[in-house]
Amino acid sequence: MVGVAELAPQRYTGEATILDLLSQVATEAIADAGFKRADVDGLIVHPIGGLPGFVPATVAEHLGLQPTFAETVDLGGATGAGMIWRAAAAIQAGMCTSCLCLTGTRRRGSGGKRRQSSAERPKPRSIAPARDRSPQAEFDAPYGMVGANVGYAMIATRYTHEYGLEDTQRAKVAVDQRRNANANPAAIFYDQPLTIEDVLSSEVICEPLHMLEIVMPAAGAAALLVTAAERVPDARQKPAWLLGAGESVTHSSFAQAPGLDATGVGIAARAAFDQAGIKPADVGLASLYDCYTIMVLLTLEEAGFCGRGEAGAFVESHDLTWAGDFPLNTHGGQMSFGQAGLAGGMSHVTEAVRQIQGRGGERQVPGLELAYAHGNGGIIAEQAGLVFGADR
Amino acid sequence: MSTRLIPPTTELTAPYWEAAARGELVIQSCRGCDFRPFPPRAHCPACGASELTWQPVSGKGSVYTYTVARRAPHPVFAEQCPMVIAVVELEEGPRLMTNVIGCDPAEVSVGMGVQVDFDPIDDSDLVLPVFRPC
Repeated sequence: MVGVAELAPQRYTGEATILDLLSQVATEAIADAGFKRADVDGLIVHPIGGLPGFVPATVAEHLGLQPTFAETVDLGGATGAGMIWRAAAAIQAGMCTSCLCLTGTRRRGSGGKRRQSSAERPKPRSIAPARDRSPQAEFDAPYGMVGANVGYAMIATRYTHEYGLEDTQRAKVAVDQRRNANANPAAIFYDQPLTIEDVLSSEVICEPLHMLEIVMPAAGAAALLVTAAERVPDARQKPAWLLGAGESVTHSSFAQAPGLDATGVGIAARAAFDQAGIKPADVGLASLYDCYTIMVLLTLEEAGFCGRGEAGAFVESHDLTWAGDFPLNTHGGQMSFGQAGLAGGMSHVTEAVRQIQGRGGERQVPGLELAYAHGNGGIIAEQAGLVFGADR
Repeated sequence: MSTRLIPPTTELTAPYWEAAARGELVIQSCRGCDFRPFPPRAHCPACGASELTWQPVSGKGSVYTYTVARRAPHPVFAEQCPMVIAVVELEEGPRLMTNVIGCDPAEVSVGMGVQVDFDPIDDSDLVLPVFRPC
């Protein structure tokens, strides 16, 4: 990784189109690396609402690129991490030399005018039959299994049943991450402190999850430029080296998910650590997908940072801030940094890369050599793990 | 009778909904390897065989996990909240997304035994399999 760019997540991005946002971070990432636009011959993007197809070509033309490798990655929150190893693999396969990985989403907002609330808008009740629709519309949605809150609440229920977990232990994750965000001027909650009491007194949305354990939608974009080892000396920045990667897709509907001791999280993480030839304990920064507090706890033990059922006690007994004994989501995590669509998942990668490069600013983890970034999509359906190492 | 999102049925899944309408829960069974896939499909995901037959199941199972949705996941469900959304594991193996009805949401627990019941969907001919404590 030689170039990083990320827009500070915002609630709304006004009139900017998604192509404009991607163009901005693409330009900044190329400049960050000290590369020229003509150096970029690979492009990875993700599906974009409103573009039914031809996404890489549309984005490439907009950016003025004619890549020799172009594709989309569609792994939900694991998309960003999934892009990175694909870029490296494409480079290794000789398909390109420098590959841009782009993620982002726009949110237009009300422009000052009050919009009709979702409760006021008439909602169609019938989900139109369509031959190629996901079975979830037929077998999950009629029960209220819509969106992600319900699924992660059910994960929390099951986890608590199997291993025991206190509300305060989940809240600790949100609070320590907020302390990290309080040291990150780009974070959406930069200037707002958070306490355990705040989390536990926020509204329970789906038992046992409170509002402040749930990521808030935002808008923004993030880009990473991946290049071949031989181009690294041309880069303006010290690189972060990709040392290992793993991926796993286990299901789509949460009803068909494997048990909590056999998730794809563990499959992807173990593969990444094995490929890198390191152990979880060797890592100085864990940058773990945090759509919900429970996801961080589950990932900690599935990825092997602590033993089975120990995640609650683990977060209680460690300082998870950038200055602590187990730095976790030093950018604030998506819960406190902001979830700009699929750029939210990418934020775990950009943070790991910046920290490895020694560009963590006020929140820099001292002497960082190895970092782990994890992406998670759907209801623990899609997983991608990456191990990064510092330049020596 | 409940107000819900109305499921988009297909030709292949019609037997599931026809059975529910007469108060029966049926699941596909593979003639090749006896696997019971859910949701329904044309080919067995375990062995690839295309001979899948619809078989009645006991309708008995246990709560694998659940949540009490206090805020409606979709405006359609506003009047039913708090509602119990659950994954139930049937005695025969398959896991289904469902609702647990007929009890105080606070009484639901993981592992609780449940029995299928059928809830007609408002403004629709469809009847939805749900579960109640047994």
